[in-house]
Amino acid sequence: MRIDVNAFLGAYPYRRVPGTAPDAVLRAMERVGIDEAWVTHLPGLFWQAPPEGNAWLYETTARERRLKPVPAVHPGLAGWEDVLGEAVDRGAPAVRCDPTYCGLDPAGAEMRVLTAACGAADVPLVMGVRLEDGRQRHPNDRAAELPAAAVRALIRSDDAVRLVVTHADRAFVEEVHFGSTPEEAARIWWDICCIWGPPEDHLETLLGTVGVGRFVFGTGQPLRIPDTSVAKLDLVELSDAQRSAIECDNVRAGLAG
Amino acid sequence: MLIDVHAHFYHDRTPRADWRERNASRLSAGAKIGITIHVASILGSWGRTSPTYFPSPADLPYGNDALLALQREHPDGIRGYVTVNPNYTAHARGEIVRCLRAGMIGIKLAASRRANDPLLDPICELAAEHGAPVLQHVWQHRRRDWPGQEASDAVELCALARRHPDVRFILAHIGGGGDWQHSLAALRAAANVYVDLSGSGADGGMLEGCVAAVGVERLLWGSDITMDTGWAKLRYLEHLLPPAELDLVRWKNAARIFPPGAFPSD
Repeated sequence: MRIDVNAFLGAYPYRRVPGTAPDAVLRAMERVGIDEAWVTHLPGLFWQAPPEGNAWLYETTARERRLKPVPAVHPGLAGWEDVLGEAVDRGAPAVRCDPTYCGLDPAGAEMRVLTAACGAADVPLVMGVRLEDGRQRHPNDRAAELPAAAVRALIRSDDAVRLVVTHADRAFVEEVHFGSTPEEAARIWWDICCIWGPPEDHLETLLGTVGVGRFVFGTGQPLRIPDTSVAKLDLVELSDAQRSAIECDNVRAGLAG
Repeated sequence: MLIDVHAHFYHDRTPRADWRERNASRLSAGAKIGITIHVASILGSWGRTSPTYFPSPADLPYGNDALLALQREHPDGIRGYVTVNPNYTAHARGEIVRCLRAGMIGIKLAASRRANDPLLDPICELAAEHGAPVLQHVWQHRRRDWPGQEASDAVELCALARRHPDVRFILAHIGGGGDWQHSLAALRAAANVYVDLSGSGADGGMLEGCVAAVGVERLLWGSDITMDTGWAKLRYLEHLLPPAELDLVRWKNAARIFPPGAFPSD
């Protein structure tokens, strides 16, 4: 069983990306052996009101059991509590907010309120450090990357919240993990899509220092080819239990409702 | 057969205490991936006693010699690019001749001088004379100067390639940062510039874009410092290309542009 906690559906505004439709994402999943993907409506992340993409997301994922909706929440918009409530009612495995794309202070009042609400609702909150490599972004794509300090601030701001942080690299993971108490760090999960493999061996290092239990399988598809995350795992020496933890069991044990 | 046209190794006079582990990791991962030959370079002291992208004449021979030693240690698995700094013309030309005679098979230019600068001409003349390809470090669409390097982009490399039509140039790491679409647009008409697919970037649409822009005959497989993304792109290409075209990318294009006898299959 392999669960991708970091996937999207729909077009990207800054360049043409093939394979963004649901059937194409499903074909890519079949090609690399992904059984389930947590998906967010990609164009909506760039809208003034990201939750407006959620209706389509719910409708689409309702037709395909392998796709699980991760709806977007914008805590600066009135009614965001209803968006979160709907996610709970519909059994979404998590909600997503990328604060800098919403024009929000990533550790500001709105994000802290959302964090507390996610903790109270027992719904994990997904946040991306970035969607694309900062060196290649479109000149008009100027939202800042999520700062590590914001993740530290948010995990400290609520004792119950669980965060899934996507697209982080080794330095980011280390800064947050070792800048948190063990109890705080145990409520953060990291997707592996932007952590380097050999010869730098950042993933292998982190699995040894931070622990296998903190990592989950994610790809960033279709913006990134999903083959990358599978190849990373194939290049690390892991027991069957460790590999299963990253690919599925950590999600089931720590993030599933 | 699988040739990695963009590999690196380290040595004892770099800032990295883990240099042996990194070298071993590349070879070990290469065995898993199925890499037959690592075509590698060492950029001087990697920043210890001169900047990585501006290696000094004092540091370059030590790095090149370390690579020659690795080549001797792994005669079936490692080949070398001789790394030079074009700001030191006589030194660069001497180092090229010395290292090609010692068995290296290509020339590596990092980012010590723009690719379209006349100072690269004496180096390219030697490349033509020896039939050695030039691997040029490239920032895909450089919109500004970046610290630590005088990076070139594809437009500048293509200008150099037009001046030296008999030399084969390799545009480094199309996935190594920057706007790869800008590079592909520039490369369409540059028949003597090949695209190295390495780099940490593994964007959806990148490989399709490479095939569409330059055709499979000008694509070279490589990994640079992220072998996981390199392997992922290879796996993706296995679904994108028929086997005969995949073999061009895996090794046949490389075998065609490096000097005869550079690889065991020749």
